[in-house]
Amino acid sequence: MTIKQFLYSSVGTKAVMALTGLFLSIFLIEHLYGNLLLFYNDGGNAFIEYSHTLVHSLFIRIVEIFLFASLIAHVAQAIRITRQNSEVRPVKYSVYKVKETSTWFSRNMGITGSVILFFIVVHLWQFFVPYRITGTVGGEGQVNVAQEVKEAFQNGWYAALYLVSVAFLAFHLNHGFQSSFRTLGLNNRKYENVISLAGSIFAFVIVGAGFASFPILFYFGIAGSTF
Amino acid sequence: MNLTLKVWRQKNKYDKGGFVIYPMEGVSHEMSFPEMFDVLNERLIAKGEEPIAFDHDCREGICGMCSMFINGRAHGPQKGTTTCQLHMRHFKDGDTIVVEPWRAKGFPVIKDLVIDRSAFDRIMSAGGFISANTGSAQDANNIPIPKKNADEAFDAASCIGCGACVASCKNSSAMLFVAAKVSQLALLPQGQVERRDRAINMVKQMDGEGFGNCTNTGSCEADCPKQISILHIARLNREYLMANILE
Ligand code: SF4
Ligand code: FES
Repeated sequence: MTIKQFLYSSVGTKAVMALTGLFLSIFLIEHLYGNLLLFYNDGGNAFIEYSHTLVHSLFIRIVEIFLFASLIAHVAQAIRITRQNSEVRPVKYSVYKVKETSTWFSRNMGITGSVILFFIVVHLWQFFVPYRITGTVGGEGQVNVAQEVKEAFQNGWYAALYLVSVAFLAFHLNHGFQSSFRTLGLNNRKYENVISLAGSIFAFVIVGAGFASFPILFYFGIAGSTF
Repeated sequence: MNLTLKVWRQKNKYDKGGFVIYPMEGVSHEMSFPEMFDVLNERLIAKGEEPIAFDHDCREGICGMCSMFINGRAHGPQKGTTTCQLHMRHFKDGDTIVVEPWRAKGFPVIKDLVIDRSAFDRIMSAGGFISANTGSAQDANNIPIPKKNADEAFDAASCIGCGACVASCKNSSAMLFVAAKVSQLALLPQGQVERRDRAINMVKQMDGEGFGNCTNTGSCEADCPKQISILHIARLNREYLMANILE
């Protein structure tokens, strides 16, 4: 079997989704760590330094390429799966109690994923592009990147969008985490419960609560008083 | 008890089909679901109407022929139960019951509630067998198999190929069925020779039959009359990925 046949097979397609999804999840932890530096009461210096290191590290530049590639592969495979799956039941059931057998979030990864993708675009536009590409933030005489974050979150619309997206992300991960382990065959009776518990903790406690803290604390002025 | 049945009628593969409403009087609590259809059909025949075509064979929950989508659930509302083992005591007087065939691109309707499940046969012929000669029946403990594997294989082997997993899945995915078949043989020594080809060929056939991609929603497991665990899907994925890496 060729690699291409493998990638187009149902199981191969999902293996790509699972691997890229897990890779992007690791990035979330790194991103969360970086953001938490904003809570240091040092005028945002820890965060500014951290951002500076990221942009000037060759290693991170390489990882960045893999991240974008993963994101594109994840989305592309998702679109293919969704399109194929939309054709598999030409005549619909007149009564279909699928709600009794599965959760809304497990069935609508495409919807939660689309919200997240929309947010990623806005988010990159807000921070990544000015800081990393056009250089209109963070240079001499410009607002520093910590102030930029604070300003962004003082906009209620942006804070709300951020919060909603994080909520969707948490539910997306709650299904995606354990789902990816199953897809990769790394799951059996012994680990099943541990994996889904770990998935829920990762999704809701680490990523969910972790990222939700930024818009909330900055919007209400609890964090960022030193910069 | 008196019920109203709303049943899918379709002359043949090409007919568009539609629901027909049958008031059903005098249903006994002890009847199984197909027995109620037998009574209805006798009444239809007496009136000179065409009886409703539906699949059934053993009527004891082991052959996998019966296949009705009852009130929005494959094999009806009762957990771990085939249509033939679903008894009318689970319904109330005055209920309206909607009965449809399994709906999936891979399972075209032939007539009324009868669907063509030959896609499953083709998946089986692609790899759901062993060709090693295992000789004639041996003493029970001649081939040592860990109890854990034997139990797990037996659980997988209890799949009756009914197709409820496909019917209830939002993606019409046949993963649970294929997983059960691959799992069963992968766990036993007799299945080792063709282990890798089996995973690859059965998945390939499954993909070619027009079933959708599994997204791990878990509907299959919930509606499977034999309660085949979704963890078998993890094993199928593992078998498939390993086969691809090693072949
Ligand atoms: S896995 Fe369950 S639902 Fe699917 S064919 Fe086998 S017995 Fe039927
Ligand atoms: S008729 Fe055999 S399982 Fe229902």
